[in-house]
Amino acid sequence: MSGATLDRGLNTFREQMDAPTASFFSSCVNCGMCAEACLFYTETVDPKYTPINKLEPMRRVWEQEYTLWGRLKAALGLTKPVTDELLEEWETLIYDACTLCGRCSMVCPVGNDISYMIRKARESFVAAGYAPEGMKAASRRAVTIGSPMGVKYPALAAQIKHIEADTGLTIPVDVEGADYMALLSSMEIMNFPEYIEALARIFNQAGVTWTIASEAFEATNSGIQIGSSDIARELVSRVVNAAEKLKVKNVISPECGHAYFAVRWEGPNLIGRPYQFKVVHILELLEELRASGRIKTEGMDDTRLTFHDPCQIVRKGGVLEPPRNLLKQVASNFVDMADAREMNWCCGGGGGVSANERADELRIKVFARKKSQLDELNVDTLVTACANCRLILEEGLEEYHVELPVVGLTEMLAEHLVEDK
Amino acid sequence: MNTSVEFLAWVRGPAFDVALIIFLLGVLIRLFEVLMLGRKPDYSEARGDTLIPGLKTVLTRTLPESGSLKRSPFTVIGGYIWHIGFLICLLLFIPHIEMLNATLGVSWPGLPNHIVDAISAVTIVTLIIMLVDRLIHPVKRFLSDTEDYLVWVATFLPMLTGYLAFHRMIDPYPLVLGLHILSVEFLMIVFPFTKLMHAITFLIARWFNGAIAGRRGVQS
Ligand code: SF4
Ligand code: SF4
Repeated sequence: MSGATLDRGLNTFREQMDAPTASFFSSCVNCGMCAEACLFYTETVDPKYTPINKLEPMRRVWEQEYTLWGRLKAALGLTKPVTDELLEEWETLIYDACTLCGRCSMVCPVGNDISYMIRKARESFVAAGYAPEGMKAASRRAVTIGSPMGVKYPALAAQIKHIEADTGLTIPVDVEGADYMALLSSMEIMNFPEYIEALARIFNQAGVTWTIASEAFEATNSGIQIGSSDIARELVSRVVNAAEKLKVKNVISPECGHAYFAVRWEGPNLIGRPYQFKVVHILELLEELRASGRIKTEGMDDTRLTFHDPCQIVRKGGVLEPPRNLLKQVASNFVDMADAREMNWCCGGGGGVSANERADELRIKVFARKKSQLDELNVDTLVTACANCRLILEEGLEEYHVELPVVGLTEMLAEHLVEDK
Repeated sequence: MNTSVEFLAWVRGPAFDVALIIFLLGVLIRLFEVLMLGRKPDYSEARGDTLIPGLKTVLTRTLPESGSLKRSPFTVIGGYIWHIGFLICLLLFIPHIEMLNATLGVSWPGLPNHIVDAISAVTIVTLIIMLVDRLIHPVKRFLSDTEDYLVWVATFLPMLTGYLAFHRMIDPYPLVLGLHILSVEFLMIVFPFTKLMHAITFLIARWFNGAIAGRRGVQS
C-alpha cells in the first residue's frame, strides 16, 4: 500500500477491465432496480447507495478509454475525469456501503454482476491510497502477525490445550499426510472456540484423519476484502505452502464465508495455478459425512429456529442445500426466512465492513433489514454458519434490543453427536 | 409538395445508407471493444458448468426476481409494456414487413393495422409515463444523465412520428413519412454510441453473469 497514487489507481482500473465488465457497463440502462436489492439503499433510502452508482469511477475509466465514443468525448473535453477527490468521495461507498454480498447481481434485468465489479474496483482504490484505516490495519496485521485480529499460534495452542483437557481428544497439529487440513478464522479462535471442539468431536466419531497447520491456520483473507491482490496472494500462499508441505488431500474452509470464497474461488487465481489439493467448506464435508452415515446424532431440538444464509457460502459460494440437510438432522422445527437461500439479505458486516469501524453506524442502521426478516418469523433461535455473520448478528440484535440466541451450525451438530461409549 | 417528395427520396436513399453503415459498423466496433478485452483464466476447481447456466440466465432474467417485482413494480411492468409494444410496432406492422420483404426478401405474418395502432398508442403513453417516472423517482433521477434522456428521445421519436404518419396528422404525407424514417435513422446512428447498445450487449452480460455463478454451482 506504499507509494499509492492516482496513477497507480487508474492503471489498476485498466488491469481490472475485462469483457464481462465492459459488457455490464455497456448494458446498464440506469433503471435503478439494483437499488432495491441492496440493504444499504433499502434501509437508508439514499440514492447514492444504489449499487451501480458505487462503480461510477470505474465506469468513467471504461467509457473514456474503452469506447470509441467515450474516447472522442474525452478528447473534446466533454467527459468528467477520475480525480483524487472523486476516489476520496467514493471510498465510503465502495468500502463502508458494500459487503460484496452479491444480491444486486441477482436482480439486474440486463444481467450485470455488480458485486463482481465492486470487488475489482476495490483493487484500484487501494492502489490509489483510498481504503479505510480499519481495513488497512487488519491487512497489515494479517501480513506481519499472521491474522487480521493479531492472533498468533500460541493463542491457538492454548485453546487446543483447553479443548484437549476438556474432551480427552487429541487435536492433531502438523500431521503429514492427513486427509484434511482444517483452517480457522481468528474470530473462531478468540470468540467461538466451541467450533474447534466441535470439529474434534465430529471428526473423531467419523474417523476423519485431519490436522491443523501451525504455520497456516488462518483462513480469512483481508487482502481480498480490502482489494489488494498482493496481500491476498501472500496470505493464500501461506495456506497453499502448508497444505502442500503436509501433503494433505483436502483443505477445509471454516464456516466463515469470506474465508471460504477467498481460499476456494480466488486463491488459485491469485497464485496463478490450480491447487494440488481440494478445498471443501466444512458444511460440504459434514453433509458428506451425514449422507454416508458417518456421523450419528441423537435427539431433536424442537425450538423454532431459522438459518441465516451467509452470502459468500450460499449465494456466492454455491453451498445451498448442505446447511438445510444438516439442520433437519437435529432440528424438528426449522423454518426458512422469506428470501432464503440465494436471495438472502446480508447481515451487513461482510466484505470487510466489520473491520472498518468508520462504518459501524451505517452497519447497525442497515441491520434493520435482517431484523425485519426475523420479526416476520418469530423464532427462538437463529442458526448460521459464519463466525463473522454470527458476531454481526449478535451485535445487531443487541443494538435493536432483541433477545435471540445465535448458534453456529457445526457446534449445534456436535451437541447432538452420539457419545462414543 | 415537390420538396417533400425530394425530402422523402433523400431520407429513403442516401440518408438511409449512411445510417445503416454507421449502425452496422458501430455495433461491430462496440462488440469488438467488449469481447477483445477477454477474461483472465480461472484456475479454481469448477463446481458447475458455465455454458448452460449462462444460457439459462439469458432467458430467466427476462422475468423479474419476485422481490424486484414487489419493490419496483412500476419499472418492471412499464418496462415490459413499452419494450414489447415497441417490438410489435417494429416487427409486426404490415407496412414494415412489406418494406423488409421488398429490400431483403424476407417476410412473416403481421398484425392488423388497427391492433398495431392501439398498441402504438399504449406504447407512446407508457414511454411518456416512464420519462416522468425517471424525472421524479429519486433513484432514477439521481442516476440519469444527458445520455439517458437522449436515448429516450431517440426511442420516442420513431414511435411518435410513426403514429402521426399512420393517422396522416401532418401534411403532406411524404413529409411525415420522411420524418418518421429520419427519426429511425437517428435511432440507428446513436444506437452504437449509447446505452441503446444494451439491446445487444444484454445477451453477453446475462451470459457472463450466469456463467460466473454457474461455475460456483449457483443459478443466477
Ligand atoms: S439494475 Fe442493472 S441496469 Fe438497472 S441500474 Fe442497476 S446495474 Fe443498471
Ligand atoms: S454486493 Fe450487496 S452490499 Fe454490495 S452493492 Fe450489491 S447488494 Fe449492495
